[in-house]
Amino acid sequence: MCLAIPAKIIKINKNIAEVESFGVKKEVDISLTPDAGVGNFVIVHAGFAIQIIDEEDAQAAQSYWKEYLGEKEN
Amino acid sequence: MKKKIKELVEFLNKNKTDHKINIMEVCGTHTMAISRYGLRQLIPENINLISGPGCPVCVTSASDIDLIIEISRQYDVSVFTFGDMFRVPGTESSLYNERSRGRDIKICYSPADVLNFAKNNPDKKVIFIAIGFETTIPLTSVIVKRAYKENIDNFFIYNIHKLVPEALELLLVDKEVKIDAFLCPGHVSAIIGSKPYLFIARDYHIPCVISGFEPLDILESIGMIAKQVKEGRSKVEIQYKRVVREEGNPTAVKSIYEVFEKSDSTWRGLGNIPESGLKLKEKFLKFDAKSNFPVKEINSSEPPGCECGNVLKGIKKPTECRLFSKICKPENPIGPCMISSEGSCAAYYKYEKFKI
Repeated sequence: MCLAIPAKIIKINKNIAEVESFGVKKEVDISLTPDAGVGNFVIVHAGFAIQIIDEEDAQAAQSYWKEYLGEKEN
Repeated sequence: MKKKIKELVEFLNKNKTDHKINIMEVCGTHTMAISRYGLRQLIPENINLISGPGCPVCVTSASDIDLIIEISRQYDVSVFTFGDMFRVPGTESSLYNERSRGRDIKICYSPADVLNFAKNNPDKKVIFIAIGFETTIPLTSVIVKRAYKENIDNFFIYNIHKLVPEALELLLVDKEVKIDAFLCPGHVSAIIGSKPYLFIARDYHIPCVISGFEPLDILESIGMIAKQVKEGRSKVEIQYKRVVREEGNPTAVKSIYEVFEKSDSTWRGLGNIPESGLKLKEKFLKFDAKSNFPVKEINSSEPPGCECGNVLKGIKKPTECRLFSKICKPENPIGPCMISSEGSCAAYYKYEKFKI
């Protein structure tokens, strides 16, 4: 239940950020990561960003998720 | 990746101890990854990985599910739950069964969506089942504060949030459970950091390693534990450094304790654990579903023959339950550990039932 997926912040409007992950855009709440800015990577849990992470780490994590989600679809 | 795995396995073999090491992986997502990637078969045989109580759905007591069901029967309410919780059995029904009987029970992705639903439907009384460990609790706290600020009076939470470090301490004092080290949860620790585990390493001399969720993360964490055991150390170490900082996410922790204070909580299998749950502070009590929708206490009981309680404590493996894969299967689950996508029994059934 504590799954969290990395995503890149594209736009911010107050506490709501538009993020992109695997080509999908979604709105997430960034109230818990007040230092997050456009271009930052965050990990997202149930519609909320819970931590800011480095771009390099985020990309490595995304490749794992691609594999995981790909397997789930099969 | 193959090369890295080989290196890690070689490292584990090099650091092999003469005695057995019981490592409890606390988090359900770790349990799933261990089974899915066959990590149990890769590591030296003296390392025994046991699943712990780290699946929030699995540790929710039948009595809480019974009470939520009773509220949905007696009051005209819309109940929102995370999907994992939907089919978990109470004493004689589940949320899934109740929805098929016409109760208004919906699955949600985020608590923010539930508050928005309440705002858009002021004629409905909306209850969010607030379940989860420290990863999820800050989300609920943000939503409750928002409901307070915006004066939303048709939004409530049925709070069954639970705290991880307190449950780990209970397992350490339990004589039946034999744990030599903890593989600590990554995303819970993204919020609380590494300090809340320090007492485990210091007072109980148990190594703790906070691990990520990829197979390499888990192997590396097991290696860090094996090294600590071999060297006779017990420290809290962070393997999942790309996400977890020593101080965690202070904004999130602050938000939790603005809204909640610690209280006792009943865990399936573990019973009542002092200070292992949270209750709303007085200022926010108007959002408490239990007091706003009172129902009589129900005589709740766990499914007969189900060993989920012992599985959650790490005393039994799923395969040691006589219902496992005979009567209790994902298509006909008896206990919560077979239902949740992160339950130990579901993990064993899906990936390891032919290996053991």
